[in-house]
Amino acid sequence: MKLQRNGRTKALAIGAVALVSSLSLAACGSDNNTTASGGSSASGGAASPAAITCAAKQAPLLGAGSSAQGDAIDVWKNTFGAACSGSTLNYNPVGSGAGVQQFNQGKVAFAGSDSALKPADVTASQAVCAGGGKGVDIPMVGGLVSIVYNVDGVSNLVLDGPTIAKIFDSKITTWNDPAIAALNPGVTLPSSPIQAFHRSDDSGTTQNLTAYLAKTSAGNWAYPSSKTWAGHGGQSANLSAGVASQVKAVKDSIGYVELSYAQSNNLKSASINTGASKPVEATAANAATTIATATPAGTGSDLALNLDYATKTEGAYPIVLVTYEIACDKGNAPATLDTLKSFLTYTISDAGQKAIGDKGYVPLPSSVTDKVKALIPTLA
Amino acid sequence: MTSSTPDSSGGRTTTTPTGSLQGNSRRGDRLFFVASAGSGILLLVIMAAIAGFLLYRSGIALSKDQTNFFTTFEWDPDNILKPSFGIAVLTFGTIVSGCIAMVLAVPLAIAIALFISHYAPRKIAQPFAYLVDLLAAVPSIVYGLWGALFLVPHLAGLTSWMNTYLGWTYIFRTTHQGAPARNLFTTGILLAIMILPIITAVSREVFRQVPRSHEEAALALGATRWEMIRTAVLPFGRPGVISASMLGLGRALGETMAVAIVLSSSNVLSLHLLDAGGGTFAQNIALKYSEAGPAGKDALMASGLVLFVITLLVNGGARLIIARRKEYSGANA
Repeated sequence: MKLQRNGRTKALAIGAVALVSSLSLAACGSDNNTTASGGSSASGGAASPAAITCAAKQAPLLGAGSSAQGDAIDVWKNTFGAACSGSTLNYNPVGSGAGVQQFNQGKVAFAGSDSALKPADVTASQAVCAGGGKGVDIPMVGGLVSIVYNVDGVSNLVLDGPTIAKIFDSKITTWNDPAIAALNPGVTLPSSPIQAFHRSDDSGTTQNLTAYLAKTSAGNWAYPSSKTWAGHGGQSANLSAGVASQVKAVKDSIGYVELSYAQSNNLKSASINTGASKPVEATAANAATTIATATPAGTGSDLALNLDYATKTEGAYPIVLVTYEIACDKGNAPATLDTLKSFLTYTISDAGQKAIGDKGYVPLPSSVTDKVKALIPTLA
Repeated sequence: MTSSTPDSSGGRTTTTPTGSLQGNSRRGDRLFFVASAGSGILLLVIMAAIAGFLLYRSGIALSKDQTNFFTTFEWDPDNILKPSFGIAVLTFGTIVSGCIAMVLAVPLAIAIALFISHYAPRKIAQPFAYLVDLLAAVPSIVYGLWGALFLVPHLAGLTSWMNTYLGWTYIFRTTHQGAPARNLFTTGILLAIMILPIITAVSREVFRQVPRSHEEAALALGATRWEMIRTAVLPFGRPGVISASMLGLGRALGETMAVAIVLSSSNVLSLHLLDAGGGTFAQNIALKYSEAGPAGKDALMASGLVLFVITLLVNGGARLIIARRKEYSGANA
């Protein structure tokens, strides 16, 4: 997965790091006594919102996988490393598939993946998870894909699934097409041709957008969801940064990037007409609403989610993604188990989620975090 | 070294001077022969290792490909249900952009080389030559950024002009008005600028090698400077210029980052050179590798093998041309 986010609001992040670490250093000193005797079983409940509970036996933690959550992990790594000096974290953003592969070879303590484990992956994980354990999906990082555009005189563009599909498949070629005009009553649209931009590299952003289109375009997107762009026509650019800079530079253009790129490049994002009473804006809060309506896809301790791209809930932005951390429910490597649990306890905490919210991610809604908070202490 | 020192000193004291000299020179000869032959063999081994590696990985990929590798347009090797990938678009894009680059760069490079070697006064020629060499040292990513941020916007005018007045040629007609010129034509222009210094530098050196007697003979027969260049310099330099052009073409075919930034890649094979789209081997590998699964990586290796073969063919072709032109260099040398 390659949803890159850039180093915007670095100063803000550093500020947050300093604040959180100063709070958590104090918490560390007192909590160590309790965790030393009883493992880290109490860490989930004992953690105050901003606290990091260090493991009794701290160990270097290895992770690999999704690059979508790369920046989120970076933020967490700094805060966590400052609080728990013995627990260095090393995360290698090699892509979701490769991350799961490394996890199933026992090379890393956890993997990050933008899609839930496939049954074959779960079977393979049993070789690594000792004592009858298996790999489980733990939702951790939320994100949204925003449809960015650059059209003079248009500032509140509204689109829906079929229209987006037609635009990116070159079935709609001018801005004043009746389909767009019908969604934007009272807006003067230019008659100029649409310059559509998509990703030239394989990308999880593309996969999420096309998953949304496949579900909601009423057959106008004739391709399956895929990391590789399949649409007809338009132009391509390398990485989210490339798409963002093309949309910024080229008049009458449209493209798709993650929220952080839309924000940092000052690009206008289209609202989506989902069938709710009014079009939904591309904001983190609206994306969290959609994630909250997701139904569980996993069973037992697996918390994989079924995202409802076709949601008609008021204020639910439909093009969202969730990155999972993947670990064993039972039989994690004993040396790193405590550190892993203390790290995940921090990342799902309100402070951890808020820290990445400042970087253009979507803090997960409490309906999801509550389940994760209950799950992490049970990992063994 | 340490073992040979006592040997030679021992030889000097016991045997006749001629014998020791012979022994030393033979040992030196042998050492040098082994070193140089070893280097040559090492190069062959490296080439064979690369070819073998590419062949092995390609074999894995091609056995999974469910479509014709040579005629398929799309690139979707990681599709579990139906892995399909082909090199038609890539081959077309690589060769066309390389050809555009050659058409633009070779005449310009020859002219610059002649200017430096035969026209410019010494004071100007040397700094000018240095400047051209400096162009070769610019990293390709910088060319790419320059191409994307400067060349593409500034080619908009030329593109629409060509569409209006040369549109009847079919290849210079655009079907998508107003789109940024991120097409094979722009890529060719950028590649031409990138290979210009290599071709210029080599051609310049070749032109300087032209025997003074040839030039003076031509001038003495009443030739003007241009006629002298045409009859004495260019024929002598032709094999060198061809070699230089092939070096340049090699770089153009394999250029990665600059193309990845400038060319809007797509799996469309279009003869409209001014329409965005197409792709090249190296660009495709650069764009797809980081997210490719195991099958995808093998497929990219297969495309790399094709580029390897194309480069070999181009170089082989150049060798053939040079060999056929031997009479020129032979007669002159």
